[in-house]
Amino acid sequence: MQRDSELVFNKSTLGRNLKEHVFFSMFRAAAVINGLALLIILFFLIKNGWSAISWEFLTKPPVDSMTKGGILPCIVGTVYLSIGAVAIAMPLGIGCAIYLNEYARQGLIVRLIRFAINNLAGVPSVVFGLFGLAFFVTWMNLGVSIVSGALTLGFLTLPVVIGTSEEALRSVPDTYREASLGLGATKWQTISRVVLPAAFPSMITGGILSLSRAAGETAAIMFTAAVFFNRQLPDSIMDPVMALPYHIYVLATAGTRIEETRHLQYGTALVLIALVLGMNLIAIVYRARLRRRV
Amino acid sequence: MKRQKKEGLIRSFFFIIAFMSIAVLLLILFFLVKAGVPIFEKVSVGEFVFGTYWYPTASPPDFGILPLILASVFVTLCSAVLAVPLGVMTAIYLAEIASPRLKEIAKPAVELLASLPSVVIGFFGMVVVAPFLQETFDLATGLNLFNASLMLAFMSVPTICTISEDAISSVPRELKEASLALGANRIESIFRVIVPASISGISTGVILGMARAIGETMVVLMVAGGAAMIPGSLFDPVRPMPASIAAEMAEAPFQSAHYHALFAIGMILFVFNLLFNSIADYISHKHRQVGAATL
Repeated sequence: MQRDSELVFNKSTLGRNLKEHVFFSMFRAAAVINGLALLIILFFLIKNGWSAISWEFLTKPPVDSMTKGGILPCIVGTVYLSIGAVAIAMPLGIGCAIYLNEYARQGLIVRLIRFAINNLAGVPSVVFGLFGLAFFVTWMNLGVSIVSGALTLGFLTLPVVIGTSEEALRSVPDTYREASLGLGATKWQTISRVVLPAAFPSMITGGILSLSRAAGETAAIMFTAAVFFNRQLPDSIMDPVMALPYHIYVLATAGTRIEETRHLQYGTALVLIALVLGMNLIAIVYRARLRRRV
Repeated sequence: MKRQKKEGLIRSFFFIIAFMSIAVLLLILFFLVKAGVPIFEKVSVGEFVFGTYWYPTASPPDFGILPLILASVFVTLCSAVLAVPLGVMTAIYLAEIASPRLKEIAKPAVELLASLPSVVIGFFGMVVVAPFLQETFDLATGLNLFNASLMLAFMSVPTICTISEDAISSVPRELKEASLALGANRIESIFRVIVPASISGISTGVILGMARAIGETMVVLMVAGGAAMIPGSLFDPVRPMPASIAAEMAEAPFQSAHYHALFAIGMILFVFNLLFNSIADYISHKHRQVGAATL
């Protein structure tokens, strides 16, 4: 009897350990697949795009109906658009986060505001594009221009800024606020002189992340800011621009001689990826350092 | 007195800014409706939603978006079949199994995957995955439902993974320790204790991941093949709703029926998003994770 039960026990322990082992391997494999996907995409872009990158490619406009030449107007356009977007999203987003984290009490209004922010984060970018077209381009008569695009992208990245700013405010210890209030400072003095300076470095991370989000966005600028081809660099914010993501799309789907310009497409994608992933890496490293300091 | 008044003003100022998020959402809805509703003077809502022919430029034009809706639904479901297990399993791995050092590498990798611009993923699907599929499975075109689902899966995995991982990590330690102390091994603790305790967060992640997939534009525009037909197989080309809007808006004359129809499709996407978010909001409030009491 004794031996039987021991046997059963051993068997089941073995089975359980095996099961644990199998599942752990599966979970590990899932994580590895994600990393692999990232690496494979990067590998193909670098392998095929590297040869296209040259000083000329980065500093010259496209020529011969976009089959040769560089992508300078696209780089400039993307930089203008994303900086414009962040200039709009940062003040609004930080303001919103300050209200939610410092002033608001839990209640219906706050729940509605959060619901709206979550929804805003999920609105498809092409719908933002439609909105930008109907509101900024047509109704406000701003035309297809940097302003229209930056405003559209600004609203699109707003949830990112709000999220990261709130996290930044939340990480400021309450003792800071209590000390300031205890010294007789008003709420606003506390926020502006104690809380915000302490939270500001982490808020910068949010700014960088929304900058990269805006830089990679295509559908939202298709109808609001981007054009196929524009030899000149923009003179004013009322001009339309070329942009890196849109340029990739155009070359890959509607360009003249799609196959022959493949290396240009890869090159443009590589530049865009370098820009976006570079900014993200900076944000990740910066955030890790901030955390270590606290 | 003066000081209090100033404080009140500042408070109102920030309230107005925060209220902007609601205002923006309503503004988007308003402009979609304003430009979208006129199509229903031409076709009825039923004909629009359930019509099976989408020939907006033919004469007379057909404005039936059922093929587009079904394409979006199929693409989203197929991508979910891949993305949900992958995302949740990665989340469990990151939260429960990975060593802190591995986690420090794996987490940023997921974040970087999330930050890849959709146009780049679409481009990759077009020039690398499509030819591969075409050759391997001997297909007419590699740009099809399957390819689009595959690419979309990698776009929704990070969303599913990040939200699920947050939920799993915030399961109180005592629960896990109690389970281990009772003799359960780690995998049993994960399946019987940790996952049930964080299921609301995981569901939220899954829903938001699917919401991202259904609204994703560039990938389906470049990779799905673009045929506005109800798909018969996994390898048929399709034209999901966002792709239609993005592809046709440039050629639709301003204020034409086609233009209004595209905005009406935008309305439907907006409603889908509202629906997904409402479900996620409901789950996370109804089954809020409040420690041991939730089990």
